Amino acid sequence: MKRNKIALVLAVSMAAGMMAGCGVGSSNGSAAESAAAEEGKVINIYSWNDEARQRIELVYDQVKETSEDKTVTYLKDGTEIHWIVNPNQDGVYQDKLDQALMNQAEAEADKKVDIFLTETDYVFKYTDKDANVAIPLKDLGIDPETDLADQYDFTKTTASDADGVQRGSTWQCCPGVLVYRRDIAKNVFGTDDPTEIGKKTNSWEVLEKTAAELKENGYYTFSSYADTFRLYGNSIENSWVEPGSTTVRVDPKIVDWINDSKTWLDNGYVDANIKGQWNDDWNKAMGSDSKVFAFLFPAWGIDFTLSPNWDGDAGQWAVTDAPQAYNWGGSYVHAATGTDNPEHAKEIILALTANEENLTKISKETSDFTNDKSAMAALAEDTSFASEFLGGQNPFTYFAPSAEGIKIAPLSAYDQGCVEIIQNTFSDYLQDKVDFNKAKENFETAIKERYPDITEVVWPE
Amino acid sequence: MKKRKASGYAKWGYIFILPFFIAYFIFSLIPLVDTVRYSFYEYYQSGIKVIGPNYVGLVNYKELLHSDMFRYAGNTMILWIIGFIPQIVIAMILASWFSDARLKIHGKQFFKVVVYLPNLIMASAFALLFFTMFSTSGPINSILMNLGITSSKIDFLGSTAGTRLLVGFMNFLMWFGNTSIMLMAAIMGISQEVFEAADIDGCNRLQRFFMVTLPNIRPILAYTLITSIIGGLQMFDVPQILTGGKGSPDRTSMTLIMFLNNHLKSKNYGMAGALSVYLFIIAGILCAIVYKMTDDSDPDGSRAAEKARKRAERKAGHKR
Repeated sequence: MKRNKIALVLAVSMAAGMMAGCGVGSSNGSAAESAAAEEGKVINIYSWNDEARQRIELVYDQVKETSEDKTVTYLKDGTEIHWIVNPNQDGVYQDKLDQALMNQAEAEADKKVDIFLTETDYVFKYTDKDANVAIPLKDLGIDPETDLADQYDFTKTTASDADGVQRGSTWQCCPGVLVYRRDIAKNVFGTDDPTEIGKKTNSWEVLEKTAAELKENGYYTFSSYADTFRLYGNSIENSWVEPGSTTVRVDPKIVDWINDSKTWLDNGYVDANIKGQWNDDWNKAMGSDSKVFAFLFPAWGIDFTLSPNWDGDAGQWAVTDAPQAYNWGGSYVHAATGTDNPEHAKEIILALTANEENLTKISKETSDFTNDKSAMAALAEDTSFASEFLGGQNPFTYFAPSAEGIKIAPLSAYDQGCVEIIQNTFSDYLQDKVDFNKAKENFETAIKERYPDITEVVWPE
Repeated sequence: MKKRKASGYAKWGYIFILPFFIAYFIFSLIPLVDTVRYSFYEYYQSGIKVIGPNYVGLVNYKELLHSDMFRYAGNTMILWIIGFIPQIVIAMILASWFSDARLKIHGKQFFKVVVYLPNLIMASAFALLFFTMFSTSGPINSILMNLGITSSKIDFLGSTAGTRLLVGFMNFLMWFGNTSIMLMAAIMGISQEVFEAADIDGCNRLQRFFMVTLPNIRPILAYTLITSIIGGLQMFDVPQILTGGKGSPDRTSMTLIMFLNNHLKSKNYGMAGALSVYLFIIAGILCAIVYKMTDDSDPDGSRAAEKARKRAERKAGHKR
């Protein structure tokens, strides 16, 4: 019976794949050897949601219209953008993208992947020099030195391969801040002023004292031990796996996170009932009944996660300094090797990620923090810009300095698995289900299952 | 002449079953053979790079023997037993009630449908429902606290026993209806005269169940047991969804197929293939046992009786 089910799933997915393929028109066989060669008529963009489409519609001046079902965007010169969207959950997006990229050489010109998007957690898998699936920006005719001069440096590093050749670009920059409940702040500290609260949260030492104070009053500082992971995990000194190596090196910062989280959990500074992020309990902790004082979020977290889960009046939250600058997330745009639309890819990347006017527009319309230093500095000064959800505060005054302070961790192609698995396995340790050594063992087992080429795990002394 | 005509009809028989065999060949046999073939290869994906396939012989099989495979086999077994025991007990009680001509239960058909209903719900939906109900801030905890049964929240899914019991309970709920229907059919297959005779001889309810019903449904019972073991061997959907594929806590609810899925996440076809072959062998042995038991070469038991008689004679001869 199981086998029948699997067969059914396979059949359905195959049929779906065929239908997706059928939409693409016949090939006109144009080659893309030189920039002078004629461009293909179809631009295939792989993505996991419609964020990229909305952004491109907003800022790319060649866009004429998008079809009713949102799968095709027509450009003024007659070229069509075909959107191939697969969900990020359970690695579906990466599976589909990998498959398409592996068949890239044999695919017909109009069925080739032309542009694809990645997230920070797995961007390195695709910018890998040996895999060579993303075209270096220089080969597209974009000079990162001059064309992308106003981007935040860490975003350029993130989109570069091990040799420092930039192979992607982003419109987004995700500096994180601390978002706190104004009513709890007033209750405990007598003030909800972001500057005053910032003095109590801007380093780990003062934050620990603040946490003790909150505890006395019956509040939790953060919801779960996983909330602080990005601050530690995204500031590691060395990458999880050095290029060419098959050894996972666990950074001392990660062990710090484990130890600090244990202390915080044992002291009752975080809610022991909330296990990790992205679950129901975590979402409820953002509601008005919750005793959680603060969350650590970048701009997208406030808009897409905190705001939908908040059931009280608008204006109850505010942002202030996090104990350290950090980055969380970010979507990168890449031109795929073998594309028949290099000129369009170049234009789109420039319009979306390198045009100050466009980026300001994105920020103003979607309150996304965009990747342009001068635009963001201007917006931080702009007193007319106020967020209703944050009680009239201009969050860019906190995002902008945080972005300047970010030192991004060196990446490896194994990051996504390492980050997920270390949190999962040590969550048993933090909840006293296993001892430290057993958690270490479980991490080693799980990481070798996920990445069969990993041979060894080295822990800091 | 006559012979040829017969084979002319047979041709149509073959043509009508052809679609099944073509589908089986494409969707089952080829993947099956491929799985076995890849189990001898090193073949996986690292990032976007494909490693292999390189022939490595039995390396995958040996490596699995040194992994935690047996621990996961144990987990699978425990999870299956927790679900199976209540399942067979309840199913047997329901089956004997429903098939008892003298009980005169009204709306039998209705109850049969109700009993079978949980089996129609998708396992993943069921697991998700339980996950929400039993989460620390879920409705079960608030009910327990409101009733004053506990003073603090119970972390059901954080404890080994809690998770295993929930998985077992869900499997029980999903499958007891199915087993009831099967046992009902078995009991109804017993001639009513046997029951009547038992009643006339002054048999009470319990005696009738243990002395008449049970021995008569033994072949179906064995069949149920073995198919349930095979199903249990392949268990993954409920614990996979309930624990987010982690088998938490401390991998104590990780089943063999979840272990297999972990390998498939890295597209490790070699290792996953080897594990599948192990599972295939175990399932094959179990199937052989079922086949033996339901084999109809001795429908009236005369051969077995003959054998027993001969054995008895030989024994008697020895003594003499």
